[in-house]
Amino acid sequence: MLRRRDSCRSREKTRGRPFFFPSGITKRVFSGKTVTGLFATFSIFFVFLIFIFVFTQSIPVFTNIGVTNFILNHKWLPTAHPPSFGIAPMILGSLLVTSLALAVSVPLALFGAIYISEIASSKVRDLLKTTVEVLSAIPSVVYGFFGLVVLVPFIQRFFGLPTGQTALTAGLVLAFMILPTMLSIIEDSLRAVPNEYREASFALGATKWETIKNAVIPAASSGIVGGVLLGLGRAIGETIAVMMLSGGAAVIPTSIFSPVRTMPATIAIEMGEVSFGSLHYSALFGIGLVLFAITFAVNFIANWIISRKVRRVAR
Amino acid sequence: MKVTTVVVASVALGIVLVTVFLVGIRTNEVGENGSNIQPRSINIAGSTTVLPITQLAAERWMNAHPYDTINVSGGGSGVGITSLIEGRCDIATSSRRAKNIENERAGGRLVEHKIALDALAVIVHPSNPVNSLTLEQIKKIYTGEIRNWSEVGGPNLTIAVYTRETTSGTYESFHELVMRGENMSSSVLTTMSSGEMRQIVSTNPNAIGYVGISYISGVKALAVNGVLPTKQNILNGTYPISRALYMYTIGEPSGLAKEFIEFVKGPEGQRIVEEKGFVSLT
Repeated sequence: MLRRRDSCRSREKTRGRPFFFPSGITKRVFSGKTVTGLFATFSIFFVFLIFIFVFTQSIPVFTNIGVTNFILNHKWLPTAHPPSFGIAPMILGSLLVTSLALAVSVPLALFGAIYISEIASSKVRDLLKTTVEVLSAIPSVVYGFFGLVVLVPFIQRFFGLPTGQTALTAGLVLAFMILPTMLSIIEDSLRAVPNEYREASFALGATKWETIKNAVIPAASSGIVGGVLLGLGRAIGETIAVMMLSGGAAVIPTSIFSPVRTMPATIAIEMGEVSFGSLHYSALFGIGLVLFAITFAVNFIANWIISRKVRRVAR
Repeated sequence: MKVTTVVVASVALGIVLVTVFLVGIRTNEVGENGSNIQPRSINIAGSTTVLPITQLAAERWMNAHPYDTINVSGGGSGVGITSLIEGRCDIATSSRRAKNIENERAGGRLVEHKIALDALAVIVHPSNPVNSLTLEQIKKIYTGEIRNWSEVGGPNLTIAVYTRETTSGTYESFHELVMRGENMSSSVLTTMSSGEMRQIVSTNPNAIGYVGISYISGVKALAVNGVLPTKQNILNGTYPISRALYMYTIGEPSGLAKEFIEFVKGPEGQRIVEEKGFVSLT
């Protein structure tokens, strides 16, 4: 410690004055505050630019066919004569796949995190955490290919369906894709609960399970919601694996066994060869904008829930 | 201090990279202008179906002839022929024969060069007992009128109908040659590539799909109207889901345009044709 600080100071002394700037200017220009401020402004600016770009590119489709027609019409025939741009099947398809994924992954992530953080011994905990983190590093196309070769034929035979490419298949694979992220965030937030809470609960005579249920989970609730939301965000935006597994039929899903087409999959499938500047091109950006709006709304609602909860706890 | 170092280092690295990039471009230009060989360039526009062939052929040509530039763009057969007539390109590619009215507008001077054949195979799982369908039956399967294999002499299974994404050239050919203006049912399933189509049909006994005929290993290609998609049947024109691909020029081509069309029709160009999933002329 001491030696490091010494060497630091000596480096500072011998650095001397830069030869091309008058004294003080470099210091002011490159001070931590300015640099971070600058970069923060830039990043926000770029996000804003992306939004503006997507918005301007999608204007033609909204002016030509109308916002409500675009969102509520159930026929997506972009190259037919006359074309029809209705994304209702895709919105419903995205929501169905995402909710299936969450229905499977949230309980798994929650109980997994509780086990790793509260019950497992430190050796087991390290092993499990590393394994889970390795899982999150697998590229989604690998999940998609695995699903296509193994899970799709299995689901088709097991349920006797015309095709194994269903909302269920996509949702299942998606669940395992978002599981690692959710699990590690929930586990981190459970571990961040101060030990005093647990000790206080034990002192009141609570058992281990009661402590977890009544003290640890409520205290970590904002982190848990955050983890679930991150998983939801990833699930709704996931493209490649879903595209390979969901069948890509733009129909309004009637059950978890119907093939679906999600919003990001549509963009990815059709972006390649759509002619630049056409109405179809604009419609794809329109889908992006709707996706943007949905994610934004979900985040907004979640923040509202968290802030209400925090206020209640504080009170 | 550390942040400062990182920032300075990354800015410096950025400047170095940009400089290298600009210098790289610079030297290239000097090299081209400094030589005695006259740089030549042509523009090609038209069918997106032909686009993969022209693009790869242009790349190969430019690799072998660094002073030639061939600009390739899509837009569709009609767009290509229109811009040829208006003098905005030197060669138009087309997935159909030029219409009479187009030739009239060009003063009767359009010259046709057949460069390849395009055929689609309708494919099913190898275990499927159905061996042949008529064009009408295939169309009804894709519009959703026929939903069970038993209606066309197969087992009692719901048909899983697969199509390509609507922007693909393969889709366009199929839509034109089989659907003839009718829309597919929206419950038709979508795949992203011919490879994926083959993978899915080869594992799903219910499935039907279509691919370029270079993709029919591992699946069963059906006879259409009783004719199998063999190379011979495609060449003699009896297989119904096939068509020729063309290049058009105004008058007999000369210079680079002539050399390039000869290259595409020659052995190396025809290898590219096969590589991209089309049928070569020989």
